[in-house]
Amino acid sequence: MSFTPDIRLFSCHYTSQQSCAHGGRELQELGFPENIQITRLPCTGKLEVAAMLKAFEDGADAVYVVGCPVDGCHNVQGSQRAAKRVAAVREMLQELDVEPERVRMYHLSRGLHPEFIEAGIEMNRCIEKIGPSPF
Amino acid sequence: MIVAERKPLAEILDMVRDCKKILVLACRGCVSVCSAGGEREAEILASLVRLGMKKNGKSCEVIEGSLVRQCDREYIDGIDQWQGQYDAILSTACGVGVNFIANLRPDDNVFPALNTTFFGGSVEQGIWSEQCAGCGDCVLHLTGGLCPVARCAKSLMNGPCGGSVDGRCEIDPNVDCIWQMIYDRMGRLDRQQEMAKSAPIRDWSSAGHGGPRKQVREDLTVS
Repeated sequence: MSFTPDIRLFSCHYTSQQSCAHGGRELQELGFPENIQITRLPCTGKLEVAAMLKAFEDGADAVYVVGCPVDGCHNVQGSQRAAKRVAAVREMLQELDVEPERVRMYHLSRGLHPEFIEAGIEMNRCIEKIGPSPF
Repeated sequence: MIVAERKPLAEILDMVRDCKKILVLACRGCVSVCSAGGEREAEILASLVRLGMKKNGKSCEVIEGSLVRQCDREYIDGIDQWQGQYDAILSTACGVGVNFIANLRPDDNVFPALNTTFFGGSVEQGIWSEQCAGCGDCVLHLTGGLCPVARCAKSLMNGPCGGSVDGRCEIDPNVDCIWQMIYDRMGRLDRQQEMAKSAPIRDWSSAGHGGPRKQVREDLTVS
C-alpha cells in the first residue's frame, strides 16, 4: 500500500538556517520531500522527549532530528544531548512494540548541503517502506 | 533521596488496561530530583500511555497533575482538584506516595508507575548509587561515614569477607569493597585502631525485621 508519510523534522537553527531561506523554495527545487514538516529550534539540545512523543500523538508517522556535527555543535553539547533523547524515544517505541526506525538523529554541517536533502529523502523512503504509524 | 525508575511500559499498560480516565500524578519530591517521577517524566509517561492505549485499540483519556509531595496528607488532599476527572491514579511517586494515596483515598484506584529502588545520591549526572539502607540503627560513626549495611553485599559488620580482591567486591569487579574503603579512610583519619573493636551482634528489628516501623514525636504531634 502506497502512502505519503507525515514526517516531522526538528532541526537546529544553524543547520537549517539556509535551508529555510526564501520560504524553503530552494529546498523544494532540490527535491526535499514536501511531506516533511520542519520545526526549527534554537538548538536541538532544547528538544524534549515529550515533544517527539507529542508529534506521534498528533499523527506523525516518523520524527527525525537534524543537529550539528557531534563535535561541532554551536552550543557545545546540544546535538549530543538531542542524540541521547532520540535514543531514549527509540527505546520507548521498542517498549511499545513499534519500529524504532520511526525516530532518527542526523548530525549535519551548517547550511544547505546535499546531505540535508538526502537525509529527508532517506527518512521518507524508510517510512514509506515501513508503513503508517500504528498509533 | 529515594531513588526510583519507571516500570516497563508493558507492565504499566497492563495495570491500566481497563481504565477510561487516568490521572498521571507526578511527585515534585525525591523522584523529581532523580528524574523518575517529576512533572517532566509524568508528561512523558502520559504521552506513552495515550500512545500505548491507542495502539492497543483502547479509548482512554489521560490527564496529568502533580503534587508537591505524595508523602504528606496535606498534599494528598490536593487530589480533590481532579475529582471526577479520573477513574484511576497512575502515581509516579515512590512506593511511599502510592501507599499514602491508598491510605487516604479508600475509594480511588491507584497504580505505581515506578519501581522504588533505594536510598541514594547522584554520583554524577544521570547516575545514582545506593548509600543508605534505612536500617534504623546507624553505625556510620564507627565506619568513617561509609555504610557497610547498604554498601556491602553481605551487610557485614566486622570487616570484609574473603571475596574482597584488590579493593573490589566478588559480586562485581566494578563494585568497590566498602570495607576496603572504610579501612583506607579510617587510616587516612588516623582512626584505624578503632576497627580492632568487634561490633556487637546486631539487632535487626530496627531494620524492618520487627514489622512496619513507626516513629512518634510527642513534641510535634497536635492531638
